[in-house]
Amino acid sequence: MVHTDTEKVVEARKTVLDLILSNHDRECLTCVRNGNCELQRLAQEFGVTDIRYRGERNRHEIDDKSPSIVRDFNKCVLCRRCISTCKNVQGIGAIDCTERGFSSCISTAENHSLNDVNCTFCGQCIENCPVGALKEKDSTEDVRAKLKDKNTYVIVQTAPAVRVALGEEFGLSVGTNVQGKMVTALKKLGFDKVFDTNTGADFTIMEEGTELIHRLQGEGTLPMITSCCPAWVRYAEMNYPESLSHLSSCKSPHQMFGAILKTYYAEKNNIDPKSIYTVSVMPCIAKKFERTREEMQVDGLEDVDAVITTRELARMIKASHIEFVELEDSEFDNPMGEATGAAAIFGVTGGVMEAALRTVKEILEGEPLEKLEFTEVRGKKGIKTAVLNIADRDIKIAAASGLENARVLMEEIKNGTSKYDFIEIMACPGGCILGGGQPIKSSKTRNEIDIYKKRAEALYTIDEKSKIRKSHENPYLKEVYRNYLKKAGGELPHKLLHTTYQPRKKYDI
Amino acid sequence: MKTLEQINELRIKKRIELDLRVNQVTGGEIHILVCHGTGCTSSKSPQIIENLRSLIKEQNIQNVRVIQTGCFGLCAKGPIVVIRPQDIFYSNVTPDDCKEIIETHIKGGKIVERLLCKDTDGTLVKRLDDLSFYKKQKRIALQNCGKIDPENIDEYIAFDGYKALEKVLFQMKEEEVIQEITDSGLRGRGGAGFPTGKKWEFTRQAKSDQKYVVCNADEGDPGAFMDRSILEGDPHSVIEAMEIAGYAIGANKGYIYVRAEYPIAVERFQKAIDQAREYGILGKKIWGTRFNFDIEIRLGAGAFVCGEETALLESIEGRSGRPRLKPPFPANVGLWQKPTLINNVETYANITKIILNGAKWYSEIGTETSKGTKVFALGGNVVNTGLVEVPMGTTLREIIYDIGGGIPNGREFKAAQTGGPSGGCIPKEHLDIKIDYESLSSIGSMMGSGGLIVMDDTKCMVNLAKFYLGFTVDESCGKCTPCRIGTKRLYEILDRITQGEGSEDDLKKLEDLSQNIKSSSVCGLGQSAPNPVISTIKYFKEEYIEHVKDKKCKTGECKALADIQIDPEKCKGCGLCKRNCPVEAIEGEVKQPHEIDKSKCIKCGTCIAKCPFHAIG
Amino acid sequence: MECKNCQKDQELEEILQIYKQDKDNLIQILNDVQEHYGYIPTSAQMRISEYLSIPFAEVYGVVTFYSRFTLKPKGKYNIAVCLGTACYVKGSEKILDRLKERLKISPGETTEDGKFSIEETRCIGACGLAPVFTINRRSLW
Repeated sequence: MVHTDTEKVVEARKTVLDLILSNHDRECLTCVRNGNCELQRLAQEFGVTDIRYRGERNRHEIDDKSPSIVRDFNKCVLCRRCISTCKNVQGIGAIDCTERGFSSCISTAENHSLNDVNCTFCGQCIENCPVGALKEKDSTEDVRAKLKDKNTYVIVQTAPAVRVALGEEFGLSVGTNVQGKMVTALKKLGFDKVFDTNTGADFTIMEEGTELIHRLQGEGTLPMITSCCPAWVRYAEMNYPESLSHLSSCKSPHQMFGAILKTYYAEKNNIDPKSIYTVSVMPCIAKKFERTREEMQVDGLEDVDAVITTRELARMIKASHIEFVELEDSEFDNPMGEATGAAAIFGVTGGVMEAALRTVKEILEGEPLEKLEFTEVRGKKGIKTAVLNIADRDIKIAAASGLENARVLMEEIKNGTSKYDFIEIMACPGGCILGGGQPIKSSKTRNEIDIYKKRAEALYTIDEKSKIRKSHENPYLKEVYRNYLKKAGGELPHKLLHTTYQPRKKYDI
Repeated sequence: MKTLEQINELRIKKRIELDLRVNQVTGGEIHILVCHGTGCTSSKSPQIIENLRSLIKEQNIQNVRVIQTGCFGLCAKGPIVVIRPQDIFYSNVTPDDCKEIIETHIKGGKIVERLLCKDTDGTLVKRLDDLSFYKKQKRIALQNCGKIDPENIDEYIAFDGYKALEKVLFQMKEEEVIQEITDSGLRGRGGAGFPTGKKWEFTRQAKSDQKYVVCNADEGDPGAFMDRSILEGDPHSVIEAMEIAGYAIGANKGYIYVRAEYPIAVERFQKAIDQAREYGILGKKIWGTRFNFDIEIRLGAGAFVCGEETALLESIEGRSGRPRLKPPFPANVGLWQKPTLINNVETYANITKIILNGAKWYSEIGTETSKGTKVFALGGNVVNTGLVEVPMGTTLREIIYDIGGGIPNGREFKAAQTGGPSGGCIPKEHLDIKIDYESLSSIGSMMGSGGLIVMDDTKCMVNLAKFYLGFTVDESCGKCTPCRIGTKRLYEILDRITQGEGSEDDLKKLEDLSQNIKSSSVCGLGQSAPNPVISTIKYFKEEYIEHVKDKKCKTGECKALADIQIDPEKCKGCGLCKRNCPVEAIEGEVKQPHEIDKSKCIKCGTCIAKCPFHAIG
Repeated sequence: MECKNCQKDQELEEILQIYKQDKDNLIQILNDVQEHYGYIPTSAQMRISEYLSIPFAEVYGVVTFYSRFTLKPKGKYNIAVCLGTACYVKGSEKILDRLKERLKISPGETTEDGKFSIEETRCIGACGLAPVFTINRRSLW
């Protein structure tokens, strides 16, 4: 018989905990994981009030060079979940355990910053870290400063994945749709306008759908691969620089939206674009890097000025004494508020594919779609494939999430054996709803609840209940094209809404 | 390629040729055996060999050969040269002595008296067998060391080499081989003492398309060089044993994992593999049977933890040596997830002798629970440092005094450490313990791989525990918390104690933490790391209490605590201490008691070591 | 993949050619590289990472785990003082202290002129001769 709670076992566990704590940066009060830390929880469970075996600590400098992620080894407990995630799940291996014994340190090759090695900023390591050794680069201070500045017009937009997870930071159950409360909270925080990134996603579908149609007609490289995931783009630039022509030239939704805000929207509303400060609330930390790319600007103005994660937004709300759970619902500001159901499902793996297919199929076949759901690309499987008949042509599609799965598909392209026409790739397994900026769940919770299922269900429900479910039917979008952008894939859209890629060094040392 | 018949013929022929190595035959050749073991090699034995050979060539002396052999074991008296067939034992030979050996002994037929070995009682001894060092030894694993040239497969074959393999392949079924090993009572010589036959049986039972035989030659215990001597002195005995194991368990591939710090062993072993392959003893369809077997060497890279069997497997697979959780055991899930047999070098060195002489013969040596012999590397404060092999059940006193020649410089025995950093100390009160696996663990020590360090009364036991923990902290792989942080904390507490900053509560902490590390570490390294602490506290508690309560270290080793004084009653005023003091802190007139100026004293302990009257402490 | 100062090192390629592109061969390759260059250069680590399809971080992890592999070149005369038990008991620590004093470097370091480096080593199995130190792996009293 196996006993797990005898006095001897408890004694041994308590000693191990004591030893871990003796080598830990015990600055809980100022730690980002205060209240959501597995080590804290264990210390409470075992009633630790003092550390018996104090001694030397293995100290290292904090790595905060990158725009996305901060690494603090002084809080690491050497559980190695990050290595497992990075190496085995994502197939990247940017970090590993170095040295041995007491000097053991989880680090990069030659201890360079994550910024300078093959890290893609997917942030999956953060989602798996039980303590505060890994966290996002904080941008809340910058945003707060701008909110206070009367001369700045601060516009915020929120990604679809944020609204089905934000509530969890306030005790609501996993996958609760808190869109209404979220908008109210943002207004209370003082943002001048609260818009929906989903609108940007509709633009992305227009542009990307048009691009796909052109490529299917022989003008461009097939398979075409989605480009809205910046961690995936960074991965491609580092590992498959010769295949970059496969990527769609479209910017991601929030970047497109930011560009439109600082041009069309500013002009239409007589606002000086230089005084606009755009903030994106994302489930993602790679977007913090994406917005700094030099291509992501129009006429010297950055599309997006700041990116904050779902977690950072929750902290801002808490710090402002807003009782989130008791808020009334509000609507996004118009005219950018009315996005489609197709845009909403961007946040889940297969969603971009599905949204694009709705538009492409209807345009090519010239008839209203009978069935809007493409269930073949739904679900948590690493690579989902299907053959769809569109306008009497067999279109072969694949949707992958997780970078190891991306690698499989890219190797096929490299070898010339890829049989697909259109591929969607999301760096995070399950898609953005499980992104590197989302609420962090303890291992216990993740064993008990299917986080993916609950958050995905919420997004699919939003889609089902949407009035308009096809991107090209978004009335606001139609207006912008009619009055400003003119033709999808045309000259102005290319200037504002499209981007380029560059081969990137894996190790910039 | 040689057929079995050819090998058997070669054996007969060669055995006659080399009979003078073991018997006092007259009228034939003279063989000058020069020890080419590690210690002697560093002391210029290769030069001795070269000099002897040149002299013989120059002077065209006939019927005299110079042979390099493996370790004779009496390293303190090296380089060793033995002349056969008379069996004359020369010690502390230098390259300059070669001329005299050739002139006086080889040509002149007279023994070079000044090169003879002085026994511990001062008498000059002529023959190896008459030396008290060898009288109580029984060399089974080391049988061929000092007898044959390890780089010549024919010499190995001459003395029953590869006869056991023939017996096994042609006269024994797999189960019978395993039964024989089981009945012999052989237990793993790497330290844990697991019954070898049982391990072979487990691996045989595991079902798989591929199995492996691995030899653990990552001898990392500081103070241990038994495996090294076997690999350098008799590599074929290990090859033959691995093949026999392969046959018994159903494996056709073997790996030997040798630590990188043993370049000579690696070289010799590779040579032996090459020679065996050349003769068709390794390869496919050995001697016309269906049995295939080959061996490859894998080098370590400086990690003591790789001596732990699963860490060793990780290392062969190209990764950092971090142990795996057991179960599953390597017998079922080992190298590349396949069933793998892992045994230590010395364990393998016993196999061929058991097969040829029988399990009954082997089981009659030793004690009830521990059969056969054990090779010990005797080191530290003992006269005859070197390699010894004794039957299990020999007492510690016999090893240290009868074989080892006792404690030098007139000092007293304080403790012996077996098992290196994983073992425990054995104090005076247990000198008469009959050494076997159970008796040692019953007193808080362990057999270990064979390193046996003797300590005299100038050694501080607290400092010793600290030294061992320092080693463990350095070598811990870092995977599990109890070992990674726990051993570091043990070291820190011991360090504070040796600096005079310890308290009685620290002793309690040492005991509690030691127990917890033992019970929750993932592998043997962590589980046994606290043993030096536990055993020194058990047997030398007063010394610990002196350190924490009185802040005194009687031996003077803990410099921060040492209060070195000259006893005026014992001091003869010889001035030796004064002359040797590096900071001139000692004053005194000739024939008058001397005195140490405490303000200048740096507590280096030189005076203590130099004083012939033991007047300083 | 590129690295700043990387040129196709012919000697390194010759070492690699001996081994199949199998992850298991990492430690054997590193042993040969250490033997040849006296340390494991960054460029070698990156090339090995490429050759065996192992992440650079993992290669670095293995290099820093094992004592034998060094990241910096050793001196022309590398003195390794054995701190194994038998040597320790016979005073090898004092030998090390004297070397530190004379050469003015700590274990793991090399003198400025590149002539000497000292290190502490684990037991090298010459315990009968304790205390022992080696120079470039050939041993002396």
